[in-house]
This record gives sequence, structure tokens and C-alpha cells, in this order.
Amino acid sequence: MAHADTTHAPPAHPPAHEEETTTGINHRKLLMWVFLGSDCLFFGSLIATYMVYRGQSIVGPYPRDIIDVPITTVSTFVLLMSSFTMVMGVAAARSGNQKRLIQWLVLTIILGGTFIGFQVYEFNLFRVEGLRYETNLFSSTFFTLTGFHGAHVTLGLFWLACLAIMAARNPAGRPSDLDVDIAGLYWHFVDIVWIVIFTLLYLIGGFDGPSEAGHAAVQGWNWVTGLIS
Amino acid sequence: MVTITGVIPRPSTYTGLWSWLTTVDHKRIGALYGFSAFFFFIVGGIEAGIMRLQLITSDNSLVSADWFNAMFTMHGTTMIFMVIMPFGATFFNFLIPLMIGARDVAFPRLNAFSYWTFLFGALLMHAGFLIGQVPDAGWFSYANLTAAPFSEGKGLDFWALSLQVLGVASLAAGFNFVVTIINMRAPGMSLMRMPVFVWMTLVTSILLVLAFPIITVALIELTADRQFGANFFNTAAGGDPILWQHLFWLFGHPEVYILILPAMGVVSEIIPTFSRKPLFGYPVVVFSGIVIAIMSWAVWSHHMFTVGLGPIANSVFTITTMLIAVPTGVKIFNWIGTMWKGSIDLRTPMLMAIGFVSLFIVGGLSGVSHAVSPSDFQQQDTYYIVAHIHYVLFGGAIFGIFAGIYYWYPKITGKMYNELLGKIQFWLMFIGMNLTFFPMHYAGLNGMPRRIYTYAEGFGWEGMNLLATIGYFVIVISLLIFIHNFFRSIKKGAEAGHDPWDAPTLEWSISSPPPVYNFAEVPVVRGQDAYWITKREAQARGETVPAEPHVDPTTIHLPSPSYWPLITSFGVVWIAGGLLIDVGWDYIRFPISFVGGIITILGVIGWSLEPPAEEHHEAAAGHH
Repeated sequence: MAHADTTHAPPAHPPAHEEETTTGINHRKLLMWVFLGSDCLFFGSLIATYMVYRGQSIVGPYPRDIIDVPITTVSTFVLLMSSFTMVMGVAAARSGNQKRLIQWLVLTIILGGTFIGFQVYEFNLFRVEGLRYETNLFSSTFFTLTGFHGAHVTLGLFWLACLAIMAARNPAGRPSDLDVDIAGLYWHFVDIVWIVIFTLLYLIGGFDGPSEAGHAAVQGWNWVTGLIS
Repeated sequence: MVTITGVIPRPSTYTGLWSWLTTVDHKRIGALYGFSAFFFFIVGGIEAGIMRLQLITSDNSLVSADWFNAMFTMHGTTMIFMVIMPFGATFFNFLIPLMIGARDVAFPRLNAFSYWTFLFGALLMHAGFLIGQVPDAGWFSYANLTAAPFSEGKGLDFWALSLQVLGVASLAAGFNFVVTIINMRAPGMSLMRMPVFVWMTLVTSILLVLAFPIITVALIELTADRQFGANFFNTAAGGDPILWQHLFWLFGHPEVYILILPAMGVVSEIIPTFSRKPLFGYPVVVFSGIVIAIMSWAVWSHHMFTVGLGPIANSVFTITTMLIAVPTGVKIFNWIGTMWKGSIDLRTPMLMAIGFVSLFIVGGLSGVSHAVSPSDFQQQDTYYIVAHIHYVLFGGAIFGIFAGIYYWYPKITGKMYNELLGKIQFWLMFIGMNLTFFPMHYAGLNGMPRRIYTYAEGFGWEGMNLLATIGYFVIVISLLIFIHNFFRSIKKGAEAGHDPWDAPTLEWSISSPPPVYNFAEVPVVRGQDAYWITKREAQARGETVPAEPHVDPTTIHLPSPSYWPLITSFGVVWIAGGLLIDVGWDYIRFPISFVGGIITILGVIGWSLEPPAEEHHEAAAGHH
């Protein structure tokens, strides 16, 4: 893309990623670590919200009616395999093998894209079966959490595609192994978050039914509002 | 994309409006933050004035209850997110690279992005005034008061979406300063040689980075409820409004320390300089700051004592809240210990710093009194709490900010402010502040609830409220004097010289105002209070400190200005603003918002493909 420019004017100064730093860690890599720390709190809050409301829905469909653990196990496996291909991509970048790098990146994109395909299928199936965003507590918390995870994966796909295109157009220069390394950090983080989500929302929470306590609370609320009106 | 970056070269102007719009210089961005924060300080101050005039006497009818609600909501939101935080960012931006001996921050364009996103977010929130849709559910916007049936109109949507934008700005700034401080220190500047202000900035930035995602999620949930019919805080669907309080205060209490720690850092620079002594117990001050940051995650439920979390939760949070007073008290003893037997010079910055310490003690003590949960049941939602928050945030943060403005005024402008006017301002602000907020303790303990738009005769609150309103106008006069002093001294002030205070930190070793490249030669740091060491050693040899060598600025590589941060910020605020569009057909807001997303993506692509420096500029430099 911009590498057409670099052929005209080779950078007079070393690119930013070769700057000396106090710790020896590159600025952008440190930034990614700090960002991932921040993102932990982001997903942590969304997961906490889900867990607080787990089993509290008072109308269906409930998770046990609609969650399909086997099919999501397949998509989880696909996503975890994409972490493997990403590692291979980073290794290829380190050894300076642009061709291998492109191959592993494309494979990672295919696996990640497959995961997103599963998610689109799942969301659509839920919609058809009557679980919309506004249906109940389960749907609001489920779609928000898995939706933001899906958005993270999609952003990662876009990023990896940019790297692959750059590598294809400019075999000699960027993406540097650092560029790939940083994208890899992000990609692995997103996969790790999915392991937590899969465990909590599918393996543990996937069999939840209606909430007795929730029913009682709403009946109590109706009783109070009945008294007032 | 080739065409975009190919056609638009990097801007190369260093004067005029465009240079300010495209600047990536941390000093200029600091100045932009400072002026914006002061503008919103005036806005928030006017809102406070409307409230004080309404409450001047019983049964007053200056404004309606609805407007009063809007005023206290916007006053709190503005002062916290658009005044104290960006004032903190002003000092971070201007000072951090200078104090650690760097040429700029780690990510100059991200820094510009932070500023523009902050400005646009703040303007978006105030845009609600233009169409009469003002947020009115308090600065903490408790669910389910914020649910669509109870808060009609778009006021709360303006609040939630603008705050989301401001959060993006704060997060970007937080990332930038963590990396800058960890990674860009001059040779020899080990962590335990960093000035305390740098330490407090690091701690604040880490708190920002970890606390803002929580409010982000809370605001996403609120927005989802209001815009997309989700059920997060919908009691009819089994949702629990207390969840909002937990998320908000889990963010909100670290946020309190995000507001106060920069001021503590400023004061820790000023007191040693004007006491002619190194800071007493430097490591203890640093570790107290770190301990405060860690403990700030374990006290949030003290905002929720009367919710009914039960005796165990209340006891635990009573104990943790009392404990967090310990590191704060330690710092206060360190500041007093620094002044003890020092050669104290009571210039305006020092007066403001001492004002900070004394008023913060008052606010801290009232804070401990409502850390005791049984006592808090009496004080909850009364003016006693209003008094407390203003002693720590006005007496604390704002006095710290003014101390910093006076202290670094000569460095930033190159001119000296008028000392007499400065001292008059300090005394008026100190008296006005106490006149406004001290009577609120009594009004509160006499039962006056906060957030009421008027009160009936016969409760005995009139006198206290009259005093508070008079105090407000004393503060206003003090600020007018400040504004006069600030602008007049820029024009007519005496030349300040590079080191008017004989100060210990590196920013005073370079000329005032600092050159665009900061340090001609990157300094080497040989201990705490680096510049004091250099000066004392030169003195011992009977020499003067040599001036900075003159260098040809074209030989120093600086990041070029860029359009892309501005464009990307514009896209981000468009995403939020688009969702607020209301033109009959409701769903039009989604495609409009989507356009903002496209602008953002194009901005990011242009940003990442931008060449490192403007080419013909470099070619021109090469000819010399």
C-alpha cells in the first residue's frame, strides 16, 4: 500500500520500531501489553455482568433450550487451531520467510473467519428460535458478551489481512517480525478470552433454566406496584 | 488507500490555525488541553452559580426543578470529566517528556488523537443544550432512573455516548503515558530517581487504563438498554439496578484517585522547591501513591452503604475505607516534614500547595467520618457529603492545579506572573472556598438533603445557604483576578529566565518556553533531584551551569504534524453523535452512525500508512 512511497524515498531515519527504549521493549509492543491489560477489565466486566444475571431470566428461551454445546465445541476447536497457525506465522516472520508467513496468515484468517461464520450461524439460529436481543436477561448479556468478542475477532481478521497484503506486496520490508508479533499477541488474547467465555457460557451456563428467585422478585415487585396503584 | 496517502502530504506548517489542528508537539497539546479545561471550568462554574443563586433563600423560584437537575448533573460531569481530568492531562503532556528528558511522548499522534477526542466528546455532551436535551440524572446516573420510561428525551443518551467518547480519549492518553514513562526515560533516570509528579502520573495512567473499561461496559449496557431495548437494568425482566452502582463505583472510586493523585504529584514538586529541601521520605511518598492506587479497588461499596448490602459488606468496606486514609495521611506528614526546618518561600505556588494540604486534611477527615457506615447512614445524600467532595476536589484537586499553573507559568510562557495578584487570588479563593463549603457541613448535619432544588422556610438552612452563595462570588472574583493576571502577564510580564525557582527537575534546565525539540542534548541523570545535583556540583567548582549548546533544529528528528488524529477523532465522535440524530424516522441514526465508523476506519488506515516525515521538508533540510 504505502510501500510504493518507500521505494521513492527510503526512510532517512530508522523507523520508529527500532528506537532505543529504556526497558529494551519496543514502544508498540509495550502499548499492546498495556492495552491487553485494559481489555481484561473490559471483558471481565462483561463476564461479571453475565455471571451476576446467570439463571435470572424470567421468560424463555433459556440457555438449556437453545445453547448447542457440540457445535460450539467445533467452532472453539477451530479458533484454538488459529492460535497454532498464528504461532507458526510469527515463527515464519522471525526467520524472515515471507512466503511461509503469508501462508500461515491466510490459514489463520480462514480459521478465524470460520469461527465468525459459526457465530453468525448461531446468532441467526437463536433469532429464528425466538431469542432476540431484547427477549430476556440471558439474551441481552449473552449477545453483548459474545458479540463484543466476535467484534474483537473481526478486527483481528482485518488486521491480519492487512499484514498479509503488506507481506505480499513488499516481500523485502514490512511487515517486520515485530508487526506480526504484536498482531499475534492480540490474536492469542482474543482466543484466551474465548476459552473463558466457552467455559462459563456453554459448558457451565449452557444448561440453565428459568429463575425461581427472579419469579419471586417480579411477583413481589408487581405486588408493591399493585399496592401503590 | 494508496491514493489517499499519496495525495495528502503530511502538513508542514508550524504557525497559524492549521499548525494547531495538526500539531503532535506535546507542549502544544498540553496548552490546548489547558485552555479547553479552563473553558469548561467556567461552564461548570456558571452551572454551580445557577444552583447557588437558586438556593440562596428558601422557596426560591429562579429555575425549575428540571433545570436544577440538569445543572447539578452537568456541573458534576463537567468538573470531573472535562475540567479536573484534562487539567491533569495538561500537566502530563507539558511536563512528562520534559521531566524524564525525552523529546516527545511515545506516540505523538495518539496524543493528538486523545486531545481532539476529548474536545469533541465534551462538545457533544454540551450540544444537548442546543436542542434542550440535557442530562439530568446526576453525574452517576443511577439505574433505573436512567431507563427510557423514567428519563424521556435524549438527555441521558447524550450523557452516555459523550462519556463513552471521553473514555476513549482518556484510555488513549493512559496507554500513551504508561509507555512514555516506562520506556522513554533519559539515561540514568531509574524508577526511583523519577520526580514524584512522574510517579503519580504513572500510577494515575495505570488506574485510567484499568478503570475506564469498567465504565465503558456500564455505559454500553446503559446505551443498549436505552437504544436497543436490552434488559440490563430493567427490573421488569429481572434486571438489578444495583449492578449499575457496582460497575459505576468500581470505576468511580479509582476515578477519585485519578483526580487527586496528579495534584498530589504537583504539590510534591512545589513544596521541596520552596522549602529549599529535598522531599522528605521520597520512597515513602512513592509507595504511598502505589498503595493508594491498589487499595482504591477495594473501597467502592462505601458509596453504597445505604443500599442494603448487609452488615458484613458494610463492615468490610468500612475497614478498607479507613485503611486507605493511612497512605494519604503518610503523604501529608511527608509534605509537612519537607517544610519542617526548611527555608520556606511563600510565593503563590507554595501558598496554593499549602492550601491544598490544609484543605485536603479537612476533606480527608470528613471522609473518614463517613467511612464509618453507621455514621454514613446519617450523612448519606446530605450537604455534608457535598461539603466533603468539594473539600477534596476543590480544596484538593483545584488548589493543586492552580499551584501547578503558577509554578510552571514561567516555564510555559517564558514570562513571570504578577506575584501580588497571585497572592490576592490565593487568599480570595481560599476564603471563598471555605465560605462556600464549610457551612455545608452544618446544613448537611442539620438534615438538608443534596440535589433538592429548593427548601421550605423554617428548617434553619437559610443562613448557611446565604453564606455559601456569598462564598461562590468570592471565588468568582478570585478567578477573574487569575484570568487578568494570566493574560496580562503573557503580554507584559517580566522575562522569567529558564530557572526562576532554582528548581530540582530537568524541565528547568532548558529555556523558557522550551524549544520545540526540548533538549538539545539528552541529559544524563545522576540521582534524584537531577538538576539540583548539576547546579550544586557546578557551584562547588565555582562555575555556573553552562547554557544548553545551540543546535541546528533541522538536525533533530521530530515527528511531523499529521491530519489523521483529527480526522479519526472526528469519526469517533460521529459514531456517537449519529446515534443521537432524531429526524422523525428513528432508524436513520444507524446509517448515519455507520458513516462515522467509515470515517474512523479511513482515518486509522491513513494514519498507519502515513510516511514517517513530510518528504520535501526533509529534502529541503538536506540542502542546508
